[in-house]
This record gives sequence, structure tokens and C-alpha cells, in this order.
Amino acid sequence: MCADLRLNVDYHVCLVWNINMIKVEGLTKRYARTVAVDDISFEVEKGQIVGFLGPNGAGKTTTMRVLTCFLPPSAGKVTVGGFDVLESPQEVKKRIGYLPETPPLYPEMEVIEYLTFVGQIKGIPSADIKRRADEVIGRCALGDVRAKLIGKLSKGFRQRVGIAQAIIHNPDVLILDEPTSGLDPKQIIEIRELLKALSGDHTIILSTHILSEVEQSCERVIIISQGKLVAQDSVANLTNRLRGAEAVSLEVEAADGRPNPTEVQGRLEQVAGVSRVMMKESKDGRITLEVESLQGRHIRAELARSVVNSGWNLNELRAVGLSLEDIFLQLTTAEPKEEGGQK
Amino acid sequence: MRNILLICKKELKSYFASPIAYLLMAFFGLIFGFGFFTATRDFVRFSFQAQMMGQQQPMNVNDQIIRPLLGFASTIALFLVPMISMRLIAEEKRTGTIELLLTSPIKDIEIILGKWLGAVTLFVCVLGMSMLNVAMLFAWGKPDLKPVLVAYLGLILQGACLLAIGTFISTTTRNQIVAGGVTFFVCLLLWLLSWFTAFDSGPASQVVNYISIVTHFENFSKGVLSTKDVVFYLSMIFFSLFITSRAMESLRWRS
Ligand SMILES: Nc1ncnc2c1ncn2[C@@H]1O[C@H](COP(=O)(O)OP(=O)(O)OP(=O)(O)O)[C@@H](O)[C@H]1O
Ligand SMILES: [Mg+2]
Repeated sequence: MCADLRLNVDYHVCLVWNINMIKVEGLTKRYARTVAVDDISFEVEKGQIVGFLGPNGAGKTTTMRVLTCFLPPSAGKVTVGGFDVLESPQEVKKRIGYLPETPPLYPEMEVIEYLTFVGQIKGIPSADIKRRADEVIGRCALGDVRAKLIGKLSKGFRQRVGIAQAIIHNPDVLILDEPTSGLDPKQIIEIRELLKALSGDHTIILSTHILSEVEQSCERVIIISQGKLVAQDSVANLTNRLRGAEAVSLEVEAADGRPNPTEVQGRLEQVAGVSRVMMKESKDGRITLEVESLQGRHIRAELARSVVNSGWNLNELRAVGLSLEDIFLQLTTAEPKEEGGQK
Repeated sequence: MRNILLICKKELKSYFASPIAYLLMAFFGLIFGFGFFTATRDFVRFSFQAQMMGQQQPMNVNDQIIRPLLGFASTIALFLVPMISMRLIAEEKRTGTIELLLTSPIKDIEIILGKWLGAVTLFVCVLGMSMLNVAMLFAWGKPDLKPVLVAYLGLILQGACLLAIGTFISTTTRNQIVAGGVTFFVCLLLWLLSWFTAFDSGPASQVVNYISIVTHFENFSKGVLSTKDVVFYLSMIFFSLFITSRAMESLRWRS
């Protein structure tokens, strides 16, 4: 009964808002010998940020090239904003901002000159180009290099010019192939913030190898491996699906004398909701343990109380969510036998 | 149209941002200047001798200097074309900027036309270096203007035609040295063919004559503007640019 209701609501939302900005159905892309992308289907809603994950050679770049009309699909149907990439490529191109794997820059141009050129070929009216160029220069922190030759910029700055180029015409859909490669940590954070700011009315797909980045800036993840889609879900769901429980790492120290590791372990095992306690390390009177909870239970507060009540010091207590890294490895190293992801 | 001009402007900018445009202009200017010097020196010597021998009829500057000189220019142009056209698309493919162009809302044919137009404009600028010398002749003697204009038109048409072929070759590879080499080879072949047909008048050489881009320049250099030649060049340009756009599309499908 309850599930029925949920289904109904979802169905309605889809009907009313027509929220699928990008729709990929059975996309296959063959190169001369290799099948780079094999029967992939996914949808991206308007305003979402989606992370595209996969090991080297998985087919991320290829998929993005099909989405941007750079390569035609060998089979399958791909629509962006309701327009088919094969039938009305010009309409699709107008709505897409694309940062390829290598930023498409002309070294002999100055930054401002380049952005103006891109603005012009993207079809921005001449009256607006200067304003738009200044805006993206501000957003991508390019003010100091605006009159510099692109060929003389450092890699990070080139990457930023690449991002500026992708957003200059304020596209509905942003497709970014490894947008943060070559950037320093401060820049990465700034780009992440920029993407968040853009995500409201822009739909963003970004590919990356940095998993923490996906966890922090994406709402959904699409994982592909060897051209096949292996998972497609929200970051939180994906973590839970494989994990289903909380994991906590804690370090306990006795205030007086040495605590007995087995005693600690025994005590923690009795805390409500704990399923397993693992000894990690016991050194100089400090004991490190990892505790897993039962499905859907929160145990951190209980654990802390139990330790303190036993007269021990609690030096550290932190959640060690099963990282996306683990999920990623688990999904992409195993034989892709069943197509994962929710339908 | 706006897009074509945009691409054309961008091409010209990058030609003039690198030394290539200036090098070609200097190279052509020097060689043409050398040819000019030799031709005028001989002309002066011969006309002096002619006067000594009591011939009254003055020699013709058009026939004796300008015509062979512009013929010479058309041969040098065969060497210029590969250097101008080789980078057109091969370079964009190598650096990946082709991804920007092909994912922007402009048509393939606009990209191709813009690039070709940029190349033709540079070619005209390089040819312009010869104007200095030719202008000297006008200051000094009284040559006919019309045949000179017709010959220049021929030079430009021949160059535009070879550049269209060069654009096609540049589309097929990502290595501009290969593109330049192949284009040079094609130009050389056309040049050799025109030599071959000069000494032969069999049916085979007539066919070669007709398709050879170089031999169609002959009439222009004589100051004769014939529709047949103009149509030939224009249709060759059209054909080359058309197959360039086909090549671009098929490369997209294959790679
Ligand atoms: N132009 C091409 N011609 C032939 N095969 C290609 C071409 N481009 C990519 N491939 C092949 O397609 C497969 C997918 O490549 P793709 O570049 O999409 O991977 P990716 O997921 O982007 O990898 P990475 O993380 O290294 O960027 C690879 O096996 C690759 O060898
Ligand atoms: Mg890639």
C-alpha cells in the first residue's frame, strides 16, 4: 500500500515536470575493433549533478563525446533537453557546455580573446559577449591572466580557462571530463563550489577519478566498467546498499593502568545495536577498535556513553563509512555479471 | 555567414601570431624579387642590344617581363600551398580543439569554408609581396594593366584551388607534417604533369591537360580571361570542399 503510493507520486512528478534533461537508452559505441560503450541506459534529471565513475578505459570519455554530438552513437537513442543527438544536433549543441579531457585551447590566443571567440561560435549575441566573458573570468578566477597568452599559462590555469569556456554561454547542460585534473586543492574546492552554485538550473555530468570528489559534489553516481553500466544510484544509497550499516572507529585509553583489550571488546559488544567489534591495535595502553552496527542503527552515542561509564578515556570516535573507493573497487573488479543499479 | 567569417578571422590571427605568415611572405618576396631582378636585367640588356642593331620596335614589358615573372610566381605558389594548408585541420585534431569546433552550434561546412577562406586570404597577402616589384614596372614603363590583372586573378584562382585540395588532405590526418608532405607531393605531380604535356600532344596528354590545375593557368598568364578556365577552377574548388565535408563526416563516424 505504502509502496504503491510512492510509485504513484514519482510517476506524477515525471509527468508534470518532464524532468529528464538527459536520456540515454541502450547506447552502444563501437570503434573499429573495440566496443567502448556497451548498451548503457541512464537518465539525468534537470538540475542534478551526476558523477561519472569508472576505471581507465571504461568508456566515460566516449559516452560524453556521444552526448555532445562529437561522435555519433553506433546504436541506441540519446536525447538532451528532448532533442535527439542524431536528428537535431544543432539544438543539442546549443544547450551543452563541454570541457573535453584535454581543454580545447588555442595557445596563440590571449585568454580574453579566446573566451570571446568561444562566445561567438556558441552563438552569444555580440552585445552580451563582453559581459559574459567578464562574468566567467570572475567565476573561474582568471582576472590576473586575462591578457596573457594561453600557451604561457600553467596547467591549472589552462584547466580553468577550459571550464570558463564550457560555461560562457550559460548552457542548460554541462559536461565536464575530469574538470579538476591538474588543479591545486584550493582550486578544487573553488571549482566544487562553482559547480554547486551552477547546479540549480544547470544539469551537470562530470567524470573523475577522485572518488571523494564525487561524494562531496555529486548527488548521483553512475559507475561504468568496461563499457557496461555497473551501478547507478544516489551517493548515499550506494553507500548504504553495499553497507547497510554504520561503522565506527574508536580509540580507548584507560585513565588508570592498562585496560584489558578483551574486557573492552566484551563491554562494547553488549552495547545495543552493535553487530561486530574488531580489535585493530593495542599499544601503550591505547586500544583501537572498529565497531559495526546492525542495519540502520545509530550507535555512536551509546558507544561513547558505555566507554565513559566504564571509566576509560575516549580518545577518538569517528564514523568510517564504507568509502566510495571500496564500493568502486568492489563493483569494477568483480566480473560484471548482473546489471546493477535501481531501475 | 557570420560563423564562416569568425573561423576565417581566427585562422588569420593564428597565421599571423606565428612566424609562418611572415616567413612565407619573406620567402616569396625574396624569390620573386630575385626573379624580377634577373628578368629586368636581361630585358634591359636585350633592349639595349636591339637598339644598337637599329631595331625600331620597342620591346614589350608585358610579354618580356611580367608574363614570365607571373608564370614563375605560379610555380612558387605550388610550394607555398602545402605550407599554408597543412595545419588547417590536422593541427586542430592534434591539439583537440576540433572538439570545441565540432561541439559548437556551427556546421561542418562553415568550419571548412572559414578555414579555406583564411588560407586563401593569407595566400593573397603572400602574393601581394610581388606587387611591389610589379608596381615598379608601372612606374618605370607603360605595361598594359588588364593582362596583369587577369594573370593575378589566375594566380589567386589556382592558389585557391590547390588550397582546397590541401584542406581536404589536412582533414584526413592529425599530423600536419604528413598533410604538408602529401599536399606538396600532389602539387609537385601537377607541376610535372604540366611539363609532360608541354612536349606531347597525344590524347592522353590532352586529358591530363584538362584535369591539370597548372595548365589552366596558361591562358590567364597570357592575359586571356576565358570562362572555361574560371569555371574549371571554381568547380574544382567546390568539389574539393565538398569532399572535405564528406571526409569530416565519415571520419566522425569511423573514429
Ligand atoms: N578514437 C578511438 N579509436 C579507437 N578506440 C578508442 C578511441 N577512443 C577510445 N577508444 C577505446 O575505447 C575505450 C574507452 O575509452 P574512453 O576514452 O572512453 O575511456 P575513459 O573511461 O574516458 O578512460 P580514462 O579514465 O582513461 O579517461 C578504450 O578501450 C579505448 O581504447
Ligand atoms: Mg576519459
